[in-house]
Parts: sequence; structure tokens; C-alpha cells
Amino acid sequence: MIKFFLMVNKQGQTRLSRYYEHVELHKRTLLEAEVIKNCLSRSKDQCSFIEYKDFKLVYRQYAALFIVVGINETENEMAVYELIHNFVEVLDKYFSRVPIMISCLYSNNNVSKTT
Amino acid sequence: KPQLIASSFSLLPSSFLQTVLGAGLKEKLIQQELTNLKATVSAPTTTLRLMKECMVRLIYCEMLGYESSFGYIHAIKLAQQGNLLEKRVGYLAVSLFLHENHELLLLLVNTVVKDLQSTNLVEVCMALTVVSQIFPREMIPAVLPLIEDKLQHSKEIIRRKAVQALYKFYLIAPNQVQHIHDKFRKALCDRDVGVMAASLHIYLQMIKENSSGYKDLTESFVTILKQVVGGKLPIDFNYHSVPAPWLQIQLLRILGLLGKDDPRTSELMHDVLDESLRRAEINHNITYAILFECVQTIYTIYPKPDLLEKAAKCIGKFVLSPKINLKYLGLKALTYVIQQDPNLALQHQMTIIECLDHPDPIIKRETLELLYRITNGQNVTVIVQKMLDYLKQSKEEYTIINLVSKIAELAEKYPFWFIQTMNAVFSIGGDVMHPDIPNNFLRLLAEGFDDEKEDKQLRLYAVQSYLGLLEEEDAIYPQKFLQVMSWVLGEYSYLINDEGDPEVIMTRLHKLLKKTFVTSETKAWIMAAITKIASLNPGSKTVDKLIQEFSTSLDTCMRQYAFELKHLCEDKDLMKNLLPLDASCDDMVVDASLSFLDGFVAEGLSRGAAPYKPHHQRQEEKLSQEKALNFEPYGLSLSSSMSTSGFTGRQSPTGLSFGSDISGNSTEMGQKEMSSLKLDGVKKLWGKDGYLPKKDSKTGKEDKLEAVPPGSTLGGNMVDHPLSEADQEVVSPSEEEKEKQQLASTLFVGLASNNAVSLMGKADTTTQKFKRKSKISETQNSEEVPSIQHDATLSSSPLPEAQSNNNENIQSTEHVRLRKTSLSSSEVLEASISFKRPQSLMEAGLDAKLPDCRLSPSSLFADNNMEVFQPTQVIPSVAASKASLIPSLSEELASNPHSEAVELCSSDTLAVNLCKVWTDDCLLLVLFVANRSSSALKNVNLVFENSEHFKIVEGLSYHFPVIKARSLESCQKSVQMEKNCMQEILVGSLNYHLEMETGLEFSVTLSLIDFIRPMKITTEDFGKLWLSFSNDVKQNVKMSPSQGSLSITLNTLQQKLKLHVVDIVGNEGLVACQLLPSVPCLLHCRTHAGMLALWLRSPCSALPDSLLYQCQKVIEES
Repeated sequence: MIKFFLMVNKQGQTRLSRYYEHVELHKRTLLEAEVIKNCLSRSKDQCSFIEYKDFKLVYRQYAALFIVVGINETENEMAVYELIHNFVEVLDKYFSRVPIMISCLYSNNNVSKTT
Repeated sequence: KPQLIASSFSLLPSSFLQTVLGAGLKEKLIQQELTNLKATVSAPTTTLRLMKECMVRLIYCEMLGYESSFGYIHAIKLAQQGNLLEKRVGYLAVSLFLHENHELLLLLVNTVVKDLQSTNLVEVCMALTVVSQIFPREMIPAVLPLIEDKLQHSKEIIRRKAVQALYKFYLIAPNQVQHIHDKFRKALCDRDVGVMAASLHIYLQMIKENSSGYKDLTESFVTILKQVVGGKLPIDFNYHSVPAPWLQIQLLRILGLLGKDDPRTSELMHDVLDESLRRAEINHNITYAILFECVQTIYTIYPKPDLLEKAAKCIGKFVLSPKINLKYLGLKALTYVIQQDPNLALQHQMTIIECLDHPDPIIKRETLELLYRITNGQNVTVIVQKMLDYLKQSKEEYTIINLVSKIAELAEKYPFWFIQTMNAVFSIGGDVMHPDIPNNFLRLLAEGFDDEKEDKQLRLYAVQSYLGLLEEEDAIYPQKFLQVMSWVLGEYSYLINDEGDPEVIMTRLHKLLKKTFVTSETKAWIMAAITKIASLNPGSKTVDKLIQEFSTSLDTCMRQYAFELKHLCEDKDLMKNLLPLDASCDDMVVDASLSFLDGFVAEGLSRGAAPYKPHHQRQEEKLSQEKALNFEPYGLSLSSSMSTSGFTGRQSPTGLSFGSDISGNSTEMGQKEMSSLKLDGVKKLWGKDGYLPKKDSKTGKEDKLEAVPPGSTLGGNMVDHPLSEADQEVVSPSEEEKEKQQLASTLFVGLASNNAVSLMGKADTTTQKFKRKSKISETQNSEEVPSIQHDATLSSSPLPEAQSNNNENIQSTEHVRLRKTSLSSSEVLEASISFKRPQSLMEAGLDAKLPDCRLSPSSLFADNNMEVFQPTQVIPSVAASKASLIPSLSEELASNPHSEAVELCSSDTLAVNLCKVWTDDCLLLVLFVANRSSSALKNVNLVFENSEHFKIVEGLSYHFPVIKARSLESCQKSVQMEKNCMQEILVGSLNYHLEMETGLEFSVTLSLIDFIRPMKITTEDFGKLWLSFSNDVKQNVKMSPSQGSLSITLNTLQQKLKLHVVDIVGNEGLVACQLLPSVPCLLHCRTHAGMLALWLRSPCSALPDSLLYQCQKVIEES
């Protein structure tokens, strides 16, 4: 189960967020800050999966942009890791270059559903 | 759809984005924007086109964390009224803004129904999409038939979305879609892959809940997977030339669930699993994801050897991969697999060890998870050690909770390891270790964990292991260990009755009794054990032999025991009654007033026996005699005898009550006789003034037989017994002994910290810890001032004072525990007699002011008297440079009497100061945390350890989200005394994160006085109450000439102890106070020839003793 999908830049600013479980607004901000802090603290040679609270984070970095997916323990981390890439490839195909993604705020609401 | 998305974004106002992004998301700008938007959306002139733009902006604001609830209703309106594009944005906004239970959602239903019936496919699509994302549960019936129809729609995208919507319904209201299960089957067989894939979600969910209902579909799933793996799907579904990987994963999961524990179903899928393994050989992440799922499925279903072998090989590839993500997956797979096949762990043990020291904590964590699954009796020690190591570095709360519970689970799972560890502790620690360790161990064993069966197992193992140890003929064990062994054997040897002969156990114990290295104290333990076993096995030959042997022993103690045993053996019923099975945890009911002895005493008196004199009276008489003989000044001799005579002096406040006639506790008396017997030799016992030797021994014995009906007397006595001797040792230890003790305590800090985390579980580790601490400090103290103990002069330095306090403290707690008088008895009393609310302390302060105007309320309790109870105040105060961080109380608090701020602990970055505030109804601890560093500290946690004596009303911890640089934060905790004690230490720690996790430990000494408040009652009430209280203590205290009249003395008491003087008539005074929350204690004072006779009464037995001690102290000091 995917709990949320985040795109956050290196400065910790949320560029896109989509929650598949209801999370209150103020908690979202806190969660996002925590999540990005966790991801930023990891080096390249560490693995891309983080245990965070009672769920897991799978993250992937594209230049200055982090894509972080929160999943529960039943999910296959590697599948989600690749799903992120798939998502980026799809974006790439439609918008020709990934950096433009920053402006494509809300296109993901169906991608995760089809997994 | 993509075009829709694209176009909606192309319409995004770039200026808006630039403003927001360029300005660095300044809050102000967004607030400004929100205000503008609010005005725009509510304006009647706003066109739908503009509204659409507003919605996009609102979505953005909300994503940044700014609530824009004012726009929600307009989003719904937009979905209702707009053209395609506007509708699309409206639906999108709704699905992002609202949640399942939002009330506005109901307004959407009509729109959805309308759109579902639309002839425009795009509108139908949009409606289905929004339903699959968010829909009110109670409105499902309104749209369900429409959506069911859509399952037959000619367009696959509509069918797919309909399935998705039904999946949503299944998740939120499974009952409502029960009737369409066969339609799901149709969807599964749909010619379009997308529809089929969507239906898999529903099936996975349904099979998870009830796998047996869908076994018949196994073949279908297998066929689908075969087709997917075989590349029969349209090429669009490929991802990096792997066919529909996520679909494969989904199918593998379904197969795993279906094949679990079912050989027939499993057989159907062997081929396809094998093929999946073979196909997934391309070196790409996604194939590893499939492989992982495949391996998991293979190990979930009914095992097939050659598949398992292949899967194991696969895992090897994962684990050995240099890619960290694969390693993680490998470990995860291994963790899962290892439960079925532990040998796999052996194959990869070197990798596992490497991973254990991996720089990535996530890998480490996963490795520990793996190790946890393969823990057995042999490796549990190492594994737990590794877990503890990880714990120490971890700061993530969830990880800690998770790991700690695992460790605790392991500790309970391997009682053998627990017992073995403790065996090692006892044999190494020997007799130098703190008596609390064996006591706690026994308590843990007796109280057990929550599971009765596990407890039994633990006890049984302990019995077995001790019997094994005793079997070795020549082994010499420390006394404490032998005591532990005999207690356990006595209490629990019945557990092995099936396989062990009680005679054998008794023979072993008997043999021990004859060993020369066994001290008389240990012998007492052994005898108690034999008595207990004998009560279960009447008519034992060993017992007869033993009685015969020791009835003529030269050791009085042993003889006494032998006689007792003999009597008990003759009266089986009494024995059964006296020594019930497994009742070591039951509370003893003790008739504190010893009323059953009244007849006996009366008889004795009528026969001309001398009336009983309280201990202190005897003491005084003895002192006056001594004075006559040795021509030393009176004061010196008094103090010297007081601090040197371990047992006869005022070694503990409760010790005073040993002698008090009516309220004396028979067990204590009996126990005391015994201990004096052993420690001081027979002579001294008989030599005591005021005792009639013959009568004395008689009472002692009678008491033992009758006074304590239920509960195991001997056991009870024995547990508390070693303490007295151990404390005796502490009084004047040789240098060597001290070193040993220190070594032992350091040794046991380590060992016990293990226990604290994992073993003790229920045991009260706080007291244990604190006591050890106090003991260490004691030893240190006595090293610093070695002369004090021997010279026994009362020095004005606070150190020895604190030391003796500690000493007394340890003993007093023991006694208090022994008495087990509950504070709750006062509640009953309160119901019958009501008295006024406690007199305000302020009032008390004002009263106190009258005789001595210089005393302000705040300085009242901050005088040197209080320092005695707060040894921490001796610590030098904060340096001048930190002056800005000097803590001060808020005005409101400062109006209450309070202590000065005392530094509890400090580091370069932090300092913790404490101020005690004595409010009317509780003790407030105000803790000031000062950040001395130049950077802000975040997430500072202040945690008190659980204490059996005190209860912190607001919970044990306090969280400071942030403490700014060079600033001070404070928190308040109100403390209540749960269990009566003279003085106890409350231990706590402060944790904060600065570069690394740091913890500061501190302790707060709380004395009884902190919880004493004046009780304002009338003389009449005093009289009534006085008669209703059963526990009383009397004591004569010598008044110094300077104290003069009674009123001055009482005023001193009022000031220093916060008592309330009810009335003074002539040479008699009445004083009342209460222990918070509401245990009253009354004091009657009377002056007579330079002596002050104090008489205290209270419903709580321990309180008068403790208070008397405090009074005495105050009077002696003033």
C-alpha cells in the first residue's frame, strides 16, 4: 500500500504531494519536513529505503529533486523504487525534459493507482 | 487523459508560479494570495474560467500547508457546473481537498450521478475517477447500479475505471458489493489487460481476508501469470523490456496467499514460479523486485525442494550483491525465509556478520531483525548484546520501542539464559554485591511476568539449575547465592515433584548445613527452605534426622529452628496454614496492635512481671548508667553511642518503634531478637535492660508461632534478614572491602543494566538503581571522611549528615516495606470524620512570622535545615558567566514557600536547576533547563524514572520542542508520595540532540517533609481523631536549655516541619499535620523536667515513626 507520494527539492520545499490516506494539513507539513530531513541525511552509498516510524520510505533522487514514497510493510520496496522511475519516465515522455516536472504539479493521481 | 493534464497545466498562470517560487514561498505572499483568492471565489461575478484558475492556486496553497477551506464548496460547484476542463479541475480539487468523512462530500453525489449518466465518455471517466478516489460510504447505493452497468461498457477505460471504483467500495464497505462477486470474475477474464489488472486489486484484498473461497481461481491466476511472463501482453506494458512487472508482483502475491499450507493448490503453481525465476535473469532492478516476490511466494506456499533450492540461490545473489539496495532486499528475504529454513543463515553467516557492522544503520537494523528470528538459547546473549549496542546509538523512537520489546520478548523466551546470567552474577558478585540484587531477583521470580506458564517454567528451571549446582560436592558458593538457592528451592521445589524426590533436595540442603563455610545467616535461610519443603512432604526421614541432629546443636539459632520445625511437624494443620504453597507474593495481614497478646500480657503482669519498657526508655536508662561509669561529658557520649551502635542506637527512625509497647510489630520484634542473637551473641540479648530474660524468650517464640498467621513467616523474615547484616558491614568497611564493593558495583551496573533493559521487566529497576547509587555515594562519602564513622562525633559538616541519612534511609525503606501498611487506610477514616481543608501554607508562614518577623515565607524553608535533606545543594553553584541563565520562579509560584534553585546537573550545553515549591496540595518540582550553548536545542526530553515511592501527576516525561540559545525553559511537575518513606531519590534524565544524542542524568532528593502540610483542626476534632488512630509512637527527647518553653519549641517545629499547632495548655501542646494527599498525623507534646515527651498517632503505621524522627532531629539541631 502506498501511503503518500512526495516530490521535494533539496531545500526541503515540497513541490508535489499526494496523500492516499487522509492526513491533517498541519501534520502534512511536519511529516514532509521530517521525511526530507531523513532523506537528505543519507549518502549515495546508503540504501534507498528508510524505516520511518511504522512505515517505510522509498526515495530516489533526480538532480536536486527527491521523490519519496511512503509505503507500508507489505509493499515490495524495489518495485516501488522502480515505480518512481517509471513515473519519471512517463513525465519525461510527455514533458520532454524532467526539470519541467516542477511545474507539473498534479498529474500523478492515477499513476500509483494502476500499480 | 494525458492531454487533459497537459492542457490544465499549460493554463497555469506562469506569473503566479514565478511569484510564489521566486519569492521563496514567503508566508506573507501566500497569505496575501489567499486573501485575494477568498475575495475572488466568493464574488458573484467570478466566471467559471477564473474559478478554475483560483482552484489551481488554492490547490497549490493547500499543498504548501495553508488551509483554504473557504474554497472547498466552490470546488464542488465547479465540478457541478463547469465545462469539461473546468469540471476536471473541480473534481481534482475536490479529491485533493476533502477526505472520506467530510460533510461537503455529500454535495458531490448528485454531480457524480449526473456525470455517470452522461453520454460524454470523458465526463463518465471523470466521475468514475473521483469515485475511485473519494466517496461517502453511505451514498454508495446511489451510484452502485450505475457503476455496475459500466462493467459492461464497450470502452475498456470505462470498464477499468468502474472496477477501480468498485475496489474503492470494497475497501470502505465490503458488504455493499458482496452481490457482484461474479462480476469481478468477469472483469478478471476481461479481454483488456487493464481491466484484468484492476480486478487483481480486488482479488488480492479478498484473498487476503479469505483465501479458501478463491482456490478455484488459482488456475486462472497461474494462466495469467504464464501469459505475462511469456510476453503475451501488448508491448505497452513492458517496463525496460520486462513484461508488466508490477502485474507480475501482484499475481505472485496472490499465488502465495492461495498456496499457503495447501499442497494441492501449491502444486498448480510450481511450474509458473519456476519459469518466473528463470525469466527474471536480466540484470535490472525491476527483475530483482520480481525475484524477491517470487522467492517470498516460493517460501510461503507448500514447500517444494528444488524450487526452494533455486530460491535460496537467488537470495545468495541478493545478499552478496555490492548494490546496497539489493543487499537490503536480500536481508529482508533471508529474514522471511529463515523461519522455514534456519540453515540458510549458516550459509550466509559471514555476510550477516558484515552487515551487522555496516555503516548504514538501516542495513544494521534489518540484520538485527534477521538475527532476532534465529535467536536460540545459545546465541541469545550475543544477539541481545548487539541489539543493545544498536539501541544505544538509535534515537528514533519507533526503533527503540520495537527493539526493546523484542529484547524483552527474548529475555522471557529464554528463561534459561536469564537464570544463567543471574547465576553468573551471583557467583561472581558473591557477597560483596548489593543485597538488592538477590532481593530483586527473588522478587521477580516470585511475582513473575504476566504469563503463568512462563513463570512456572522459569521457576522450574531455576530449581533445576540450583539442584545441579548443589550436586557438585566440593563447590563453594558465595553466601548470598546459597541464600538465593535455598529460598528458591524452598518455595518452588514442588514444581519438579514429578521428576525429583523432595528427599534428595532435603539431603542436599542438609549436607550444606554441615559445611563449615556456610555462615549462620545462610543456615537460617537453608532451615527455612527445609521447613517449607517439609510442610509439603510430611513424615520425611531427613527432617527427623535433621531435627534430632540440631536439637542438640551448640548454635542457639539452629537449635531454635530445629525446635520450631519439630513443633510444626507435630501440628500438620498449623504447618500447612503457616506455610502455604506459592504464597510469597501474598500480602501478610499483621495485627499491628498485637491485641491477641493482651491476655498474655495481663497474665504476665498479674503474676508480677515488670511492665514492658519501650526501647528508647531502656536506651536512656542504659545511657545514664554508662555515664555514671565513664566520666565523659554527656553530649559526646550520647552522640557516640547513637551513631556507633548499629542496632541498639537510633539506626533508623522506624527502629525507634521496635520498642514502643503497643504498636510494636511482632515480626519485627522476633526478627530483631534473632538478629541480635546472631550478631551480638547471646550474652548481649540477655543483658538488655528492661527485659525479663525468661519471659522474653517465651514471647519471642509465641509471637513467631501465633502472631503472623498467614504468609510464610520464615521466608518473609529471611528475605529481609541479610540486609541488616550487610548494612552492618557497610558501617565500617576496610579499605580492601571498599575496593571490592566498588568493583562489584561497577560490575553489576553493567550486568544489571542488561537486566534493567531486558530482564527485570516488571521488577522495579528504579529503586534498585537509585539504591545502588546511594550506596556508592555512601562509600565515597565514607572515604572522604573516614574518621566520622569511628570518631562518631557529630560534625556540623553536611556530608556525614547526608551519609547517615542514606544509611538510615536504606534501612528504613526495608522496614517500611516489611510493615506493608497501606496509606489508604486513611481514606476510610476520612469518610467518618471530616476535617477542614489543609491550612494554607501561606497562613502557616504568616503564623510563623509572628514570633520571628525576619522570616519571610520564602526564606522559611530555605534555611540550612532544608539543606540536610538536599545533599545536592552542596554542589557549587553556577559560574558567573552563566549569570544570565539564573532561574527564577514566576510570581505566582514564588508566592508559595519554595526552596532556592539548586543545580541538578549540567554540561557545556545544558544546565538543569530545580526549585521545590510547597503548595497547599502538592509538591511542585519546577525544573529549569538552561541552554548555555549558542545554538538552539530541539526536542529536549525530560524524563523521570518510575519510582515506587512517588507519583508524578502529569506523567513522567516532559518535552521541550525547542530551547533557544542562551535561554531558559521551565517545566512543572507535581509530585505525590505513593509509598511512605523518609527520603527517597527521584532519578531522571534529560535527553537532547546536538550532533549526537546526549543524556544528562540527575536525581532529586525528596524527603517526607516535602509532603507534610499543616492540618488545621480544632482541639475538639483533635481529641476525636486522636482516639480513632491506632498507630502510635512515643519518645522522650531532651530539650536544650536554649529552647526554653514549649511554645518556642513548637514554633520551631511549625516552621521547619510545616506542622500546625492546635493548642497549647500549660506544659502540654497539640500539633497536627498531614501527609499529602490526606493522611493525618497528630502529635501530643509534653514538657517535663527538661525532657520533651513526644507522642504521635496516625492511621498510617509508618508515618509516626518517620515524623518523630524528623521532630527529634529538628529539636536536636535547634
